Amino acid sequence: MTSLVIAEHDNQSLKGSTAHVVTAATAIGGDMVVLVAGASCRAVADEAAKLTGVTKVLLIDAPTLEHPSAEDLTALVLGIAKDYSHVLAPATTYGKNFLPRVAALLDVAQISDISAVISPDTFERPIYAGNAIARVQSKDSIKIITVRGTAFPSAKAGGNAPIETASAPAASNLSHFVGAELARSERPELTAARIIVSGGRGMQSGDNFKLLESLADKLGAAVGASRAAVDSGFVPNDYQVGQTGKIVAPELYIAVGISGAIQHLAGMKDSKVIVAINKDEEAPIFQIADYGLVGDLFQIVPALDAEFAKKLANR
Amino acid sequence: MKVLVAVKRVIDYNVKIRVKADKTGVETANVKMSMNPFDEIAVEEAIRLKEAGVVTEIVAVSMGPQGCQETIRTSLAMGADRGIHVLTDQPLEPLAVAKLFKAIIAKEAPQLVILGKQAIDDDCNQTGQMLAALLGWGQATFASKLKLDADKASVTREVDGGLETIEVKLPAILTTDLRLNEPRYASLPNIMKAKKKVIDATTPETLGVDIAPHLVTLEVNEPAKRQGGKKLGSVEELVDKLMHEAQVI
Repeated sequence: MTSLVIAEHDNQSLKGSTAHVVTAATAIGGDMVVLVAGASCRAVADEAAKLTGVTKVLLIDAPTLEHPSAEDLTALVLGIAKDYSHVLAPATTYGKNFLPRVAALLDVAQISDISAVISPDTFERPIYAGNAIARVQSKDSIKIITVRGTAFPSAKAGGNAPIETASAPAASNLSHFVGAELARSERPELTAARIIVSGGRGMQSGDNFKLLESLADKLGAAVGASRAAVDSGFVPNDYQVGQTGKIVAPELYIAVGISGAIQHLAGMKDSKVIVAINKDEEAPIFQIADYGLVGDLFQIVPALDAEFAKKLANR
Repeated sequence: MKVLVAVKRVIDYNVKIRVKADKTGVETANVKMSMNPFDEIAVEEAIRLKEAGVVTEIVAVSMGPQGCQETIRTSLAMGADRGIHVLTDQPLEPLAVAKLFKAIIAKEAPQLVILGKQAIDDDCNQTGQMLAALLGWGQATFASKLKLDADKASVTREVDGGLETIEVKLPAILTTDLRLNEPRYASLPNIMKAKKKVIDATTPETLGVDIAPHLVTLEVNEPAKRQGGKKLGSVEELVDKLMHEAQVI
């Protein structure tokens, strides 16, 4: 039994999502090969080789793979998939984009977004925005799986797996990359942050998110938002936490001016500690928050900012 | 240009779902059903393309029990031209849905197929990609902007770090994300007109597609409940609790 983990990376470094998938593959058992497919991405393979649990890294390095299309990535994975019992990728927009294509062409099901490994053929996955958990057993010979990162801890560095290389199949030209506008931020990524400060409709404007940014920078936190705040145009969509945005599970989640719609809770309710700040004491967010402050966020957030500044300065 | 849109019937997004006591699934009896919200965006996008004169015909397709006719009727009231209903009472996995679509596409020959990026019941996010693979077509998933030419589409996609733009040759599969558009409500005259539009019915057997499931659902459980905590009196108290009780700062 050998698992194939498809690494997510930007040709320079491994994305954090991959280390979570490695932990899921370790839970399945057997050997584990990590596939690094990209352009001039040797450094990524070196990084993957160090993750505990990895048996071997397969590096496919070709100029055509700088921004591989879903079609080309599928062809590449299909070429080697038959050697494996499990093929896993992160349940990020990267993994979700191509892995169902692999499953369809192997004529097997995909098990999306698993949150637990019960046995090599049985997994748990959230359905209905996490309001129910299904335990499913696969009857297929190859299990195609995407992994919910927040449900598995990151694999630690400590290994030293060998790196083998292979060549890439020809590009298909069905689609091609034109460009990207990726958010540049000094703050940690939402899905990797230890602390998240999130704003909702109660923030009233995009300008007011500066209050949260100031607080976030004191705590080394990422800034997130509810769908309501994104739909109101306060912040871009890549801030969105929820069923239709990112799923997060930080140590501390501070929800400011967020009422707690089901779709938002689906994205953050696995956070270790939740703080809610809201003027409506009946807001559903208080039903899941460990600590709540009822009141005007425009007074509370600056006061909280000042209090953290005072307390953290003494350390 | 002809466009096919997928419309799935799901439990309405406002309904708080209940897990069945025998753990076999989620209660669907006497629960309000609606069109999957991402599919509404798919229908809306097709209608806007038709209004812009790029698309000539919109065919809405739904698969599942008799009730799916209602979902198709909703899309016809929004502005789709006709419907196809694949009738079955068997549960359908995304791979089976993709195979059924492939069989329909062989007859309808659309240039573009628009599906929601995921259904809000099983949250799979698979069908569009699987369909594209089975057809050997290109795909543009999680679309937030579409520009359609005669032989290609330029699509802006919502990716984790921001936005990405790709070009895909037609025919192609598009899956919708939230910001692609805001779906319209059907007007009363259009609801009346939709009653006269045609819905063709077929079955997986007629289409020659094997829909046997690959996965067995062993049980469905409620997630662990999170207990609400306490409301605090001051900012100082909160900071103190976070530093000393929860120890997360």
